[in-house]
Amino acid sequence: MEEVRVLLRNVDRINPVSAVDYMNEGGYEGLKKSLWMSELDIIHEITESTLRGRGGAGFPTGIKLSHAHNARSKNKFVLCNADEGEPGTNKDRILLSKDPNSIFEGMAIAARAIGADKGYIYLRAEYPYIVPILEQALENAREAGCLGDNIFGSEFSFDIEIRPGGGAYVCGEESAMIESMEGKRGEPRFRPPYPTVQGLFQEPTAVFNVETLANIGPIMYRGADWYKTMGTKKSHGTKLYTISGNVRNKGVYEYEVGVNLKDLIYEAGGGIPDGRKLLAVQTGGTAGAIINKHQINMPMDPAYVADSGGSMGAGDVLVIDNTNDIVDILDNVLSFFVHESCGKCTPCREGSMRLYQLASGIIDGTTTSEGMENIRELCETMRLASLCGLGQSVPIPVLSCLDNFREIFDEYIVRNEKNKKIAAGGAK
Amino acid sequence: MVQIVIDGQETEVEVGTTILEAAKKVGVKIPTLCHHPDQAVKANCRICVVEIEGQKLLQPSCSFPVWEGMVVRTNTPKVQRVRSNVLELILAHHAQECLFCSRNGNCELQEVTQDMHFTREVRYTNETRHGKDESSPSVVRDTNKCILCGRCSYVCDKIQSVGALCKEGRGFSTKLSSAYGKDLADSTCTNCGQCIQACPVGALTIHDDTEHVYEAMEAGKHVIAQVAPAVRITIAEALGENPGTVNKGRLVTAMKRVGFDKVFDTDFSADLTIMEEGHELLNRLQNGGTLPMVTSCCPAWIKFCETSFPEELPHLSTCKSPQQMFGALLKTWYPERSGVYPKDIYSVSIMPCTAKKFECVRPEMNSSGYQDVDKVITVQELANMICAAGINFADLPETEFDSPFGLGTGAGEIFGATGGVMEAALRTVYEVVTGEELEDVDFNAVRGFEGIKEASVDLKGIEVKVAIAHGLGNARKLMNAVKAGEADYHFIEVMACPGGCIGGGGNPIKNWKKMEKRLEGVYAEDKKLPIRKSHENPYIQKIYNDFLGEPLGEQSHKLLHTTYIDRSDIFKS
Repeated sequence: MEEVRVLLRNVDRINPVSAVDYMNEGGYEGLKKSLWMSELDIIHEITESTLRGRGGAGFPTGIKLSHAHNARSKNKFVLCNADEGEPGTNKDRILLSKDPNSIFEGMAIAARAIGADKGYIYLRAEYPYIVPILEQALENAREAGCLGDNIFGSEFSFDIEIRPGGGAYVCGEESAMIESMEGKRGEPRFRPPYPTVQGLFQEPTAVFNVETLANIGPIMYRGADWYKTMGTKKSHGTKLYTISGNVRNKGVYEYEVGVNLKDLIYEAGGGIPDGRKLLAVQTGGTAGAIINKHQINMPMDPAYVADSGGSMGAGDVLVIDNTNDIVDILDNVLSFFVHESCGKCTPCREGSMRLYQLASGIIDGTTTSEGMENIRELCETMRLASLCGLGQSVPIPVLSCLDNFREIFDEYIVRNEKNKKIAAGGAK
Repeated sequence: MVQIVIDGQETEVEVGTTILEAAKKVGVKIPTLCHHPDQAVKANCRICVVEIEGQKLLQPSCSFPVWEGMVVRTNTPKVQRVRSNVLELILAHHAQECLFCSRNGNCELQEVTQDMHFTREVRYTNETRHGKDESSPSVVRDTNKCILCGRCSYVCDKIQSVGALCKEGRGFSTKLSSAYGKDLADSTCTNCGQCIQACPVGALTIHDDTEHVYEAMEAGKHVIAQVAPAVRITIAEALGENPGTVNKGRLVTAMKRVGFDKVFDTDFSADLTIMEEGHELLNRLQNGGTLPMVTSCCPAWIKFCETSFPEELPHLSTCKSPQQMFGALLKTWYPERSGVYPKDIYSVSIMPCTAKKFECVRPEMNSSGYQDVDKVITVQELANMICAAGINFADLPETEFDSPFGLGTGAGEIFGATGGVMEAALRTVYEVVTGEELEDVDFNAVRGFEGIKEASVDLKGIEVKVAIAHGLGNARKLMNAVKAGEADYHFIEVMACPGGCIGGGGNPIKNWKKMEKRLEGVYAEDKKLPIRKSHENPYIQKIYNDFLGEPLGEQSHKLLHTTYIDRSDIFKS
């Protein structure tokens, strides 16, 4: 299994802040090409490539560009969502710190396609050391004529500013991010209207994940047909995977979309150390599915993953070995959501805490089969009625965990019910 | 127009209509909590979710716009189950004190619980958000009852531009709080009570002072009351009658039966205010005083100005509000006439306003040598007193207000509506300046609910430019213009509450639809009165002759005028 370095091509090979170095490696060729294309042709090329958002939701990038393009306004914005907050994800950090020009190039092309002249990078609060790198890289890119007024001598002008993040997980949700950028509390907005129609300062705004943007330069340079030679039948290109948890080689890897999860764990990740065994894998971040060891023979192709009960998310793979208790894992996942729910909508604000209490009750002995029913009903309510993706996806790890480790949970519940009966008997 | 189907009923609605509005059209009632007819959509309570054909998730009907061919189901078992679970989550984090809550029977959460027939046991342990803030003389904030709908902070921030209430913390521990977690009394809160009007539950309520009034009655004090112009407009509504039903006769009877020894009409001191304020305006116009002059009858506006525009305080008229003018007279002139010692008098004012509770305890409001007004009771509190006394308000005979302050004019009557003070002042100023009789007393340009109104009046060669703002957000806009030197007005009226005093925080819970009716009531009442100009009030002429001397004279200055302070240090954390 070989890494395919399209997005990571320049990592540790060039000076990250140097636009000249980046151009020597074929950088900004995609942007140069797009300067002489019509807006619709650019969008057509990206749509043809079938590129989907790499931040987790997987929305087709071409369609998003098209919506923002069609929105009528003099002021439009391109935002780079660099609020990489998903626990166990570090891919964007690598791109931001090791090859920022690939992100600038993607933003500039997207701006050219929708008719924007201003872009912002919303940088995760926990990445302050990247700020000077980005600032230097932006300065050098402007000097080299890749950003600023009349890029590469064309009519097109575009510049980028950095906005430090507010520090909350929910600010990775695009509308909460926009609120935060406007100086407000980081809370998601209801949709419609979508950000492509009313986004930052109520203007049409296209928001892209860091990795998505890094794909755009190569696609424009080498063409959608080239891009489609990589990946599976349904999903194309490459994907960055962050492997973490109980594996030998934790890190960020780039493979074609569709690489097998098992290979990611045992080949790229080097397997589980110290003779311990695999218990579970959580793919797609904390809001992703928790699967058992029998389910890991699965191609990491968004088209396939969802059907097989997993989730692709931002490409995170958290490996959990058998020294852990799955009920603890669930407890931990839910305590994360209790902490990170913004508190705006009822289902997520109240539901996360109640799920956490019920899950803790599995260990503490207070949750019985009625409680388990309550968990499922609450999951349905949160999935169907929460305002944003955060609340809607809390049920994914919960329900997958309950289903994929049914025997373990059943044992706890049998124990709890037995103890409850004894306690009730004792009271007589 | 688009064709849609709601619960099997086909209907045609305009593009951009929300599902909630469309459903209302076909007679389908969807439960709501964070929704308020006069506010922007928030879509955070999620109680109004519905099923839309082709959508995987349920969608909030309050925010979701219809599209051509949309098929909506509002009452499937799935929708009802999810709603019931959302409601259960809210109830589990809400104080279980319904029976002794002041909103009992008038609570949107109760109504939704009832409508949804939620009768099962809540499966979660009841949790409370700690913190009841009773620091303010006007507003009581009980976080335990808050359902985080955001309606209070919306009105405080977006309508009033005060921003005294905001969310603190996140997730399950989110709560409404004032900035830096300060007590409301130490915050920028202007005491306007619009948050009380917006709250669907009992999380924001009027500071109840009825107990003190009962105590004074029991202690044998001479308990006298003045009744503000807006009170007669909303008291019947507070007691279950239609908005806009006006009847002062029954009000006076009810108050006498509740136990007030005398009931006076604040319309009288509204007329007095016009005399003083009108002459102050003339004085400023003729002698190069600070212009524009801005009205000072509204205590929420005064605190707002002291907090946010301290440099502009010289623009404020030095006149006390009608309540405080009356208060000063009730413990000076009234004792002289009635033989009751001021120390034996317990002076209560009945107001549509929560900020009046703050005004009466301002330290400078003691020109009689006592606290001029002892307690302020809002319309809601008075309605409670009438109810508790077992009085059937609908069937009461009518009684006149007590003398010697028995007569108010139409000019005083319209004080309750936005533009009313301006109109009353113009009626008097016109005649004083021109020496001619004003034929048409209706200044229609200053009436109505437009946010900022402007007019210019020709006083026989002198053009007077006036502006009226209601709602503190509009006041801020006007004052920013004044500050920037861009406003060439001579006279500005500001009322903190949208719609003026008839929209005050102490009234029964309102919306703009009810406000329209209340407004009609105000002008109908004005038209009915034989005297509609303040300076023609014979009792006003008498009190100047007997006691006060002349407008802006020495006695007036002592009893009827006041000073202001800079409160901008509130912004320091």
